[in-house]
Parts: sequence; structure tokens; C-alpha cells
Amino acid sequence: MLSKKKIICLTLLIIFFSGISKVYSIEADTFIQSTVNRAAKTLGGDFSKEERIKKLKDIAKDTVDIRGIGFYSLGVHRKILNDEQLKKYQEVFSEYFLKSFSSRLAEYSNPEIEVNSKKKINENYTIVSSTLVATDSRPEVKIEWRVYTKNPDNLLIRDLIIEGLSLARTQKEEFSSIINSNKGNIDALIENLSAFVIK
Amino acid sequence: MKKFLITSFISLILASSVNADTDGNISLSKKSAVVKDCFEGLNRTTFAFNEGLDKIIFKPVAKGYRKLPPPVRAGTSNALVNLSSLITIPNNILQGQFKTAGVNTGRFVINTTVGILGLFDVADKMDFPEYEKEDYGQTFGVWGLGAGCYVVLPVLGPSTVRDTFGSFANVLGGDPYYNASTHGNNEYLSESLYMKTKIMSGIDFRAKNLDSIENLKKNSLDFYASVKSLYLQDRQQKIANSNPTIEIMYEGDWEEVESQ
Repeated sequence: MLSKKKIICLTLLIIFFSGISKVYSIEADTFIQSTVNRAAKTLGGDFSKEERIKKLKDIAKDTVDIRGIGFYSLGVHRKILNDEQLKKYQEVFSEYFLKSFSSRLAEYSNPEIEVNSKKKINENYTIVSSTLVATDSRPEVKIEWRVYTKNPDNLLIRDLIIEGLSLARTQKEEFSSIINSNKGNIDALIENLSAFVIK
Repeated sequence: MKKFLITSFISLILASSVNADTDGNISLSKKSAVVKDCFEGLNRTTFAFNEGLDKIIFKPVAKGYRKLPPPVRAGTSNALVNLSSLITIPNNILQGQFKTAGVNTGRFVINTTVGILGLFDVADKMDFPEYEKEDYGQTFGVWGLGAGCYVVLPVLGPSTVRDTFGSFANVLGGDPYYNASTHGNNEYLSESLYMKTKIMSGIDFRAKNLDSIENLKKNSLDFYASVKSLYLQDRQQKIANSNPTIEIMYEGDWEEVESQ
């Protein structure tokens, strides 16, 4: 049996360390600003297109919940996947997402994004609001980031809402269209994703 | 006005009945009905036709337009937005947004006079609230009318049955600019000028979205489905008159992911 003194010391230690972890877990808006700064540094830096894409993929791996978005994108169809299909889907979705994400971003050079505010919507999510500053060729764009905050030490992005349009929802409806036009066959979606990855 | 009321009434009945038996695939909000792609085959054909038109006409013209000096493009865009106030203001009133109608009327008067026919957005410099376009399709939506089926119109692009009838309202008396151009007795406005203005609006929109549309097309598995989703999300947001910031929709979908 532990003595009373030891129990008190142990309790204090636990409180102390849990306090430290709270101090070092970052806020959602700071997380987005630092992610945006990382991306801007990559996009504005003197890199080849391949290097740029590789760096953007690394940023996505660190900051985006690819697995969660993959599940979300399947919509109601996620309930009918067997284990083998699920494994295959997760692998190919991750590759598809990273390619699509980096390809979309690599087109931009020196994007200037200002993080404006944040709003906690529940225990799991905070929405961070930001603005993509206008240029001669593009108007100002409002971007919201859905940040998954369940684990405060490992914040992850789950969606980008551009001028009120959710990219995750668009992707989900696109996937649903492919599955439905193939009579509910999820393998058709997996084939489409694989074709995109190798093209 | 009589024509407009009749059209509104017919549109109301048609859109309601179309919506009555829809049980489709895209939920527009937690409360509202779903938008079914009843004519998907035809819609996809029209979509392909529009893409062809875009490739040979609209995209090249929009690219050329983008080469104009930025002040020329900004002036053109401002003038077109200013003209759209003539549809927005009556819709503000029909939606019960009387204060916004007043603000938009003030904006229109200032930009048309001091801003030289809307070329300069003087009201913006005077810190007027941000301008939000409204149309008859949105008003029907605010009145509780279902969207009906999703349709792709030749040249005009994505729409719904409700929004299509909303567009008819413009040419049946709902757009003062159209009325003045076609029925007004003056030497400055004409039907052809009205048509040119509408075409110019399309080119201005295409030019502003050249990169984003290309990007979307390049990264889509099914471009048709992506455009449909984006159009319906945009309409939902406009009908809800919600600020794009912090509009928490589809929360249930994300919560389900939690339970995986």
C-alpha cells in the first residue's frame, strides 16, 4: 500500500503534468496560422514543382485528418464496406487526397491568409475564420477551417469552407454520385480514385 | 405588376408540386427537403454541351477580358453589380428586409450618381454594409418554396425548377432594368443593350473564376457532381441569408464519423 504522503505526491505530479500539457496544447487559430505560414513558406519559396508538392504533402500529413475525411466522404456507404474494401479504400483515399490537395495548392504563389477569429461549436470542433487577401487576378476569399479538437495536443483539419462552400461536403456528394451511378458498387469509386492517383 | 403576380403564383404552385414527391440525394438543410436530380441524363448532356460552349467561346473571351487593365475590369464589374441592385432591392422588400432595402437603395443612388453609373463603388468607401445579391429564386426559397428538381439550363448552367421560375420573374416585370430597356421610351436603353449587359455579367463571372474552375475540373472525379454540389450549397446559404462565416451545417454527418 502507498503511504498517504506518496499518494499526495503522485496526485500533485499528475496535476502538474496535466497542467503542462494544457499549457503547451495550442489554440485552433494559432494552429491554423502556423499551418498557413508553413504552406505560404513552401509556396513562396524557391522550390521546383516536385519539391513543392512533396512539402505540401508533408504539411497535409501533419495537419489534416485524412482518415476522418475519408470516412466522412463515403457518407452512408461507409456502413456497407467490408474489411477488405475498407482497407483498400483507406489506402487509395489517402493517396488521392494528398495528390488532389497538393495539386490544388501548388497553383498558388505567395498566398496571403489572415486568420481573423475562431468559434468553438462543440467539444470536438472549432471553426477558424480567415481571409485570403485579394490580388489583381482574384477577389478576397473567406475561408473557414473546421478543426477537430478532440485531442487538444493533436489538432487536425477536417474541412475547408470557402465562401460558405464545404470542400468535404462537395467531395462526399461527388463520391456518392459515382457510387450511385454504378448501382451502389463501392469498388467503382475505388477504381476511380486509383485512376486519379496514377494519372 | 399584374403579370408578375400571376407568374409568381404559377411558379409557386409548380415548384411546390415538383417538390412534393422528391426524396432525393442532396439534403439542403436540416429542415428543408432534398433536391433530386430527376433529369440526370438530360442534365449531364446539357452540362457537356455547356462545357463545349465554354471551351470555344466563354473561356477564351474571359481570358481576353482578364488582360484588360485592372481598373477597367473593376469599373465594369462595379457597374454590373450596381445594376443588379435593381433586382436585389424588390427582393429585399419581398423578403421583409426593409432596412437592407433602404441601404441598397442608398447604395444604388450614390453609386449611380457620384460613382458615375456605378463605375466606382463610392458607397463601399463610405463604409456601407457589404452588398449581398438577392433574386426571385431566393425569395421563393425564403417564402418556404421547395427547390424542386435540379436542372442544367443550356448556356445558363446549373439551376433548380424554383430558381428557373425565379429567373422568368425578371423578364415578366420583376427587373426594372429589363422593363426600361424593352418597354421604356428612351433613346439610351434597348433590348440589345440589356442582352449585352447580361452577357457581360457572364464573362465577368467566368473571368473572376478562371483559375478556380480549372482547378476544380482538374481535381474532380466527377465534375458534374462537384458543380451540382457547389451550386446547391451556394443557394442554400443565400436563401438562409447566412453569413458564410461560422454557418454550422451538416453537423450530424460529422458526428457520425465520430462513432466510427
